[in-house]
Amino acid sequence: MTKHISTFILFFAISFISFANGDEGYDVGSKAIDFKLKNVDGKMISLADYDDAKGFIVIFTCNHCPYAQLYEDRIIALDKKYASKGYPVIAINPNDPKKAPDDSFDQMIVRAKDKGFTFPYLYDDTQEVAKAYGATRTPHVYILDKASDELEVKYIGAIDNNYKTPSEVTEKYVEDAVDALIEGKKVPNDYTKAIGCTIKWSEA
Amino acid sequence: MIRNLYFSFILLTLSFNYVKAQDSKAVKVIKFNDLENLINSNERNIKVINFWATWCKPCIKELPYFEALNKNYSDKNVDVTLISFDFVENLDGRVKTFLKKKNIQSDVFLLDETDFNKFIDKVYPSWSGAIPATIIVDNREGKNVKSFYEKEFHEGEVEQLIQEYFN
Repeated sequence: MTKHISTFILFFAISFISFANGDEGYDVGSKAIDFKLKNVDGKMISLADYDDAKGFIVIFTCNHCPYAQLYEDRIIALDKKYASKGYPVIAINPNDPKKAPDDSFDQMIVRAKDKGFTFPYLYDDTQEVAKAYGATRTPHVYILDKASDELEVKYIGAIDNNYKTPSEVTEKYVEDAVDALIEGKKVPNDYTKAIGCTIKWSEA
Repeated sequence: MIRNLYFSFILLTLSFNYVKAQDSKAVKVIKFNDLENLINSNERNIKVINFWATWCKPCIKELPYFEALNKNYSDKNVDVTLISFDFVENLDGRVKTFLKKKNIQSDVFLLDETDFNKFIDKVYPSWSGAIPATIIVDNREGKNVKSFYEKEFHEGEVEQLIQEYFN
């Protein structure tokens, strides 16, 4: 009887944990979903398209947010450094252009061209990907590692520890994480926080 | 006659300077430990601390609601502080111009920090770091009871929330 109760409690606890996860997005260790989103070149992109990738640096970002803008050059540098090593950058704009007109698909095309983005810049028009991942702000990074057919979240957080002055950065969270994955090591600091702009969710 | 004119001129200059001084809101630049001291101060009141920036649209939209709160609850021991995340380089230009234009009367501080991963959890553990965000600290009984809202308030919401503390 006691055993049954414990099993029941365990079952209940597990369902509760899964529910909580589903509600608030991913934690480090979660399995991430793939998606099919429109790129600034008009093509639909899925992570499954990248046969040779070992993983991905998924970055929720946008045009209008000053923090996102301050990181644009560093995001390009990340892609240049890591795409060839199997970890390309996939940038996703989840903002509702009704609330942030600068983040419309047309403006994304302009921004990607002006800055010379070397990576896809995708439009999450239903905001479902951002919701599934649990992104709350821009920029917000999720590093995924490909293991067989699954994508596992290995890092969530900021790009580094100084949004303002790249030369004063003392901790490169994303680089350290990807370097660790490439070397088959554990990610040293797998969850960080940063100030960012809220994702502009559509009004229900 | 000329002497009177001269006198009026001085008076005018003086009053102009006075008005100017009244208009430009003093904004103190603070570091994280100052913010921490503010959140955990011993003052027996309700502190409403809102995190915003001039470039953050939803923040600017909700500022009038915090201003109204500051005005309507000033005699009820509710203390509203607006913490700007603008760059310190923009303080004299952009931030002060904005505060003047919007005639902001609440206390405004500018938090000059860059390494926020160290600080965000200390403000409130569930804060992801997005703004607008607001922390309410009820220290009327010295218990420092904190509530955190990582959201944009709509008209009337924040006053209603504070009114509940008095019901």
